[in-house]
Amino acid sequence: MTVGTPPAPVAAAGPRAADRRTGSRVWGGRVFAGLSYGSGVLILLVLAAVAVFLVVQALPALTADPTELEQISWFRAESLLGYVGPLVFGTVLAALLALAMAVPVSIGIALFISHYAPRRLAQGLGYLVDLLAAIPSVVYGLWGALWLIGVLDPVMTWLSSTLGFIPIFAGYQAPAKNVLTAAVVLAVMILPIITAVAREVFLQTPRLHEEAALALGATRWEMIRTAVLPFGRSGVISAAMLGLGRALGETMAVLMVLSPGLLFSFFLLKPGQHQTIAANIAAQFPEAAGLSVSVLIATGLALFVITFVVNFVARAIVARRKDFSGAN
Amino acid sequence: MKLNRTKSFGTALLAGAMAITLAACASNDAPAATPDTGSTSDSTSATQEPTSEETTVTLSGTLTGAGASSQEKAMGGWIAGFGDLHPDVLLSYDPIGSGGGREQFIAGATLFAGSDAALKPEEVEAATQRCFGGEPLQLPLYISPIAVIYNLPDLEVEHLQLTAETLAKIFNREITSWDDPAIAAENPGVELPATGIIPVNRSDESGTTENFTEWLAAASNGAWPHEPSGDWPLSGGQSGAQTQGMIDTVSGAVGAIGYADASRAGDLGTVAVGVGDEFVPYSAEAAAAVVDASPAAEGASDKQLTIELDRATTASGAYPVVLISYSIACSVYDNAEDAEKVKAFLSYVASEEGQQRAADPSVAGSAPISGELRAAVEAAIDSISVG
Repeated sequence: MTVGTPPAPVAAAGPRAADRRTGSRVWGGRVFAGLSYGSGVLILLVLAAVAVFLVVQALPALTADPTELEQISWFRAESLLGYVGPLVFGTVLAALLALAMAVPVSIGIALFISHYAPRRLAQGLGYLVDLLAAIPSVVYGLWGALWLIGVLDPVMTWLSSTLGFIPIFAGYQAPAKNVLTAAVVLAVMILPIITAVAREVFLQTPRLHEEAALALGATRWEMIRTAVLPFGRSGVISAAMLGLGRALGETMAVLMVLSPGLLFSFFLLKPGQHQTIAANIAAQFPEAAGLSVSVLIATGLALFVITFVVNFVARAIVARRKDFSGAN
Repeated sequence: MKLNRTKSFGTALLAGAMAITLAACASNDAPAATPDTGSTSDSTSATQEPTSEETTVTLSGTLTGAGASSQEKAMGGWIAGFGDLHPDVLLSYDPIGSGGGREQFIAGATLFAGSDAALKPEEVEAATQRCFGGEPLQLPLYISPIAVIYNLPDLEVEHLQLTAETLAKIFNREITSWDDPAIAAENPGVELPATGIIPVNRSDESGTTENFTEWLAAASNGAWPHEPSGDWPLSGGQSGAQTQGMIDTVSGAVGAIGYADASRAGDLGTVAVGVGDEFVPYSAEAAAAVVDASPAAEGASDKQLTIELDRATTASGAYPVVLISYSIACSVYDNAEDAEKVKAFLSYVASEEGQQRAADPSVAGSAPISGELRAAVEAAIDSISVG
């Protein structure tokens, strides 16, 4: 889009003093161009500043000898990698579990809003879902810690006693402060983002595609399956990645809900198995000094890299499917 | 209530400054204070005035400290109380942790420090240098009892009785059920449920954990095999972040047991711990008693009132699961202003009024120091001079 085009209707509307307007149009164009360039550069600078900060601050930990690291009371690993590894595992596990729960529900809500619900209801419902996104994460944490844990307790007791022969459901111990509970809270938190984006994408399905499908005798479900979902797929993937990004970085909710531990463990119902990077930083930072701060920042660097990779993968997937979709 | 007390306290001060005798002041003050809930503390503070009489010369400027986060809440109360006495002094305390607090104090960045551990010998040396050749003061002004809390709502007795040895086995996951014979033997006649025990620890590094594990290690006859540490040695169990997380977790499941600042135990049951042949439930007096019963630490002096907490004490009525946090300052400052400010502040903290304020459950719920200890502390504070 060229810089001069947007104000065109204004100019057409007022023929008076055309010269002066042309002058201001040129100026306006320049200022606007400068501002947008500036914003673009600024975001790169901020990103670079964060990256540089993380690397510089993490450097003492990255270069430190393992014997020095062992001086830190909570550092019980052989090396920095051994410390960061379980944290990365816990972070990704919690986020993926949350995604597995949130994406199907989100697609359901989005389809209901875009294709099933009466128009009025759809608007109200969409508004409510957006409202969920506005709730601060610490409130979700409170909700999870004070209410959800109690509610999930009988569910997980049942799960562990009847499906306990499957290792991932074995060994539940009350209260329900395990990674599955954390994932449920995270799922609720990322639901609105995924739903909002998916809904917009589904609404953009070309009317002609939908009508063509119906004209060929498709039921509404077949129409959605053949026209709406393929069209929206890349949009849903980007939505899921946005949600994943939030789930990866979520701190307070996890901190309040999870009994942490640093293990590579798939026991979803056992306490003290997993911990996420962000929650770990929040928990250990207040008492940290010197090298332990560097170690925590090094874990932050790992999180930064993970989110980068996630976004990169998401971009790649979206780009590959670009030709089939109008949603990017 | 707080405001009211502030006002009447301010009048008390004013009256103190104007009246010729302090006795007159106290009697003048009494009627004004009666409507307050805190009338007793007001009158005690009025009688406390002699120590700070000379400091009614208004102090001003900043007074910075840093250190143990365990003292943070008490310090909040002290900052408010001290602000009433000396409104022109900008007092601040940065809860960066004990190690960081000692470091900053030695570097001269702060005028005083709070620390859960006493200065190490090499730190004493460095601190003496920082204190212009004077010995550093180390005053145990914050005593916080740690309660062992459990969630057994159907239990009839007020306090479950457990020795350190049994508790060590419980927290080390060797005793896993509440009706274990070891627990039953210590609680004759108590009907114990067959509920599983869920030990809960703090997930963040904490002075509470450190003191609790120190006690387990010292008093359990070797049943606690781990090194005392601020970070819980076992993994794979239930835990909670901060005191609130601990309380929530223990409250969240029947059969859970944990440890927390005694003032925060709330409705949860608290253990009467085995001391000698008796079982002592937590109380402020019992916590102060163990401090008095403990010998002075190596290198202690009349300025460094460091204590070698006798965790395995058998002294009757002493509650040994406590956290002690020191206030560290200089005995010599290079200018009169600093010396006066630190002196005034520490005097306030050590005073009955200051200790009572911190003991308020809504502030920190600490245990006030005993009169014996106060006398020693006041003597040390009086030695602060200008070098």
